[in-house]
Amino acid sequence: MNNNGSNPLSSSRRRVVQAAGAAVALSTLGFPAIVRAQATRLKVGVLLPRSGFQGFIGQSCQKGADLAPSVIKEMLGVDVELMNADTETNIDVARTRAERLIQEGANVLVGPFDSGAAAAIAQVAEQRGVPFVINIAAAPQITEQGYKYVFRNFQTAIDIVRNGLVLIGDLFQATNTVPRTAVYMHVNDTFGQAMTKGIGALLPRQTQLPFKVVDTISYDPAAKDLTVEVSKAKASNADFLLLVCRLQDSIILRREMVKQRWNPMGVISPGSPGMYEEQFFKTLGKLSEYCVSNVPWYDPNAPLTKVVEKAFLKQNPKDKLVFHGLNVGFTFEAILIAADAFRRAKSTDPKVLAEAIRQTDIKSKMTLGAPIKFNAKGQVEGIGSACVQNLNLLPAVVLPAGAATAKPVFPMPGYKA
Amino acid sequence: MTPDLIANVVIAGLLTGLVYGLMALGLSVIFGVVRVVNFAHGEMMTIAMYAAVILFAALGFDPLLAVVPVAAAFFGFGYALQSALINPFITRPEHSQFMLLVAVALIMVNALLMIFGPDARSVQVDYQLESYAIGPILIDKARLLAAGMAVATSAALFAFFRLSLVGKAIRACADNHLGAQVVGLNVKRLYALTFGVGSACVAVAGCMMILLVDVTPVLGPAYTLLAFVIVIVGGLGSMPGALLGGVLIGVSEALAGLLIVPSAKSMFSFALLILVLLFRPQGLLGKRT
Repeated sequence: MNNNGSNPLSSSRRRVVQAAGAAVALSTLGFPAIVRAQATRLKVGVLLPRSGFQGFIGQSCQKGADLAPSVIKEMLGVDVELMNADTETNIDVARTRAERLIQEGANVLVGPFDSGAAAAIAQVAEQRGVPFVINIAAAPQITEQGYKYVFRNFQTAIDIVRNGLVLIGDLFQATNTVPRTAVYMHVNDTFGQAMTKGIGALLPRQTQLPFKVVDTISYDPAAKDLTVEVSKAKASNADFLLLVCRLQDSIILRREMVKQRWNPMGVISPGSPGMYEEQFFKTLGKLSEYCVSNVPWYDPNAPLTKVVEKAFLKQNPKDKLVFHGLNVGFTFEAILIAADAFRRAKSTDPKVLAEAIRQTDIKSKMTLGAPIKFNAKGQVEGIGSACVQNLNLLPAVVLPAGAATAKPVFPMPGYKA
Repeated sequence: MTPDLIANVVIAGLLTGLVYGLMALGLSVIFGVVRVVNFAHGEMMTIAMYAAVILFAALGFDPLLAVVPVAAAFFGFGYALQSALINPFITRPEHSQFMLLVAVALIMVNALLMIFGPDARSVQVDYQLESYAIGPILIDKARLLAAGMAVATSAALFAFFRLSLVGKAIRACADNHLGAQVVGLNVKRLYALTFGVGSACVAVAGCMMILLVDVTPVLGPAYTLLAFVIVIVGGLGSMPGALLGGVLIGVSEALAGLLIVPSAKSMFSFALLILVLLFRPQGLLGKRT
């Protein structure tokens, strides 16, 4: 006991306890940063339309996501954990799911195939400061908003249309045909409208193309019956059908063309999904033949394609990569971009991760075109397109000649039962 | 815009409208007698479409033949649904009936999603892609057969209600509930029979609809809404009104798509609905209360 009656041993015990408490508090404050810095696993929130009228395509994209962790682990030594969410082909659901994935700890978002959903998720990602790598979505405005956390490794509608129109000219040259008129049909959604704007702006400048558009017909992508639309298109007496579509409507449309005995010179998409999808072939059989899609495509000869194909066949032994190449390729690459950035950043801190994504430079890739490098707007430039024609119930690259596996057929033979 | 084009579109709209009319007829029959609005109507039609798909895939049954077993099964289902579940709600407030049938509809949609998944299914009958040519007019064979079955079913239904004793008893219940009880009619059983008949109607419509469109589990709500629009336009409780409403909606959608813009064609059925509600709220062939 000291002179003022207090116990010196108690006071020193108190100081020890206080010091220990301060140490714990300091370490707690620093804990999240320590945890983030030491993160060994990247949580990737994968948003895709696995149900609704884009369900088939979303499920196709999901195959690319599912094989990504094992392939990336071997390639980069990075652990990727997928957090899958179904956007149900609904923009509001996409927004809600994105919010939930972020709340549940997703370090980066990837998806969502659809432009409308991509725009909604981009807003969420930017507000919450979480990187978002778009796999497939073409509306140009998504990367024109000045977003810092949104990145896209896919062509914008303008690029798709530009490349698509050039390939149409190449197709006519390769087959020595000169169609003079086209009827343009398109889905009336965010993507369809973006493509229409692009065609309106670019087609007049493509003076080497011999045709003009004699009628434009828009339709609801969820429509169950396209009788009126096909009747109008047939009545235009156009030489060929220029089509911007989705999967389900492309099936309905092709059937209706046969019912109405409309046999144009060809059905050509300047860059839209649908006609190269597995479900298109499965449902229509020989009706699917000769339809042409000018789309961003995968390079069948790229080393990474072989690696991905091996993993794809292991997970989907009864399937063929050729039916899913575009969806699998771009979805896989979106997760690869995130994983590559994580490997370089060594952190899941959103700002650090976003900056690392911005510095991406991936030369060894699966899809056609230039290396994956983002410009100041978060957009990859120089992604290539191929002219893909349905031949012998498979999508075959017919142009450019360097990547072609078959010769183009145009005009297409009329359908015979 | 040639006369051939207009004729082709109007004929397609008319044939589709007849199938819509049959779908709405079931709703009208049920409401006209039981005074219950079946908010699970579209979902029941979706189930019938799946039934036709299964019978086609498993046994090779053309939907035109599958109509018989599917309609019979739905008659039993409708009878049981009315007796066991809906009957206690007849005297309850309308919002209770609404919630009950919406809940039934949600259960149906989610059950279909769990069983069949979200992907579209269809039947691929031999005549699916065939059409008859009468000069410049092309008539889709599948659509024509579906419309023919719709007309035949409607005629059978009219005959049932006009000529059979049971049909007359059901009409008596609809006209005067108390009077029917006084003369000794088993009203509860007649209500269940009516629900069964209405369900059989929607089953036939479903088997015909699968010839025209692919089915997904979430198709139901759109057709429930369409059935309501048709029945309100035609007159709630009026069977000829339901058929007329179906044809009007089918043709107006087709013409709107042709003359204005195809992507907004479904908007016109709602515009027609608003016009009818404004100027003839009881519907075209309905009776004022």
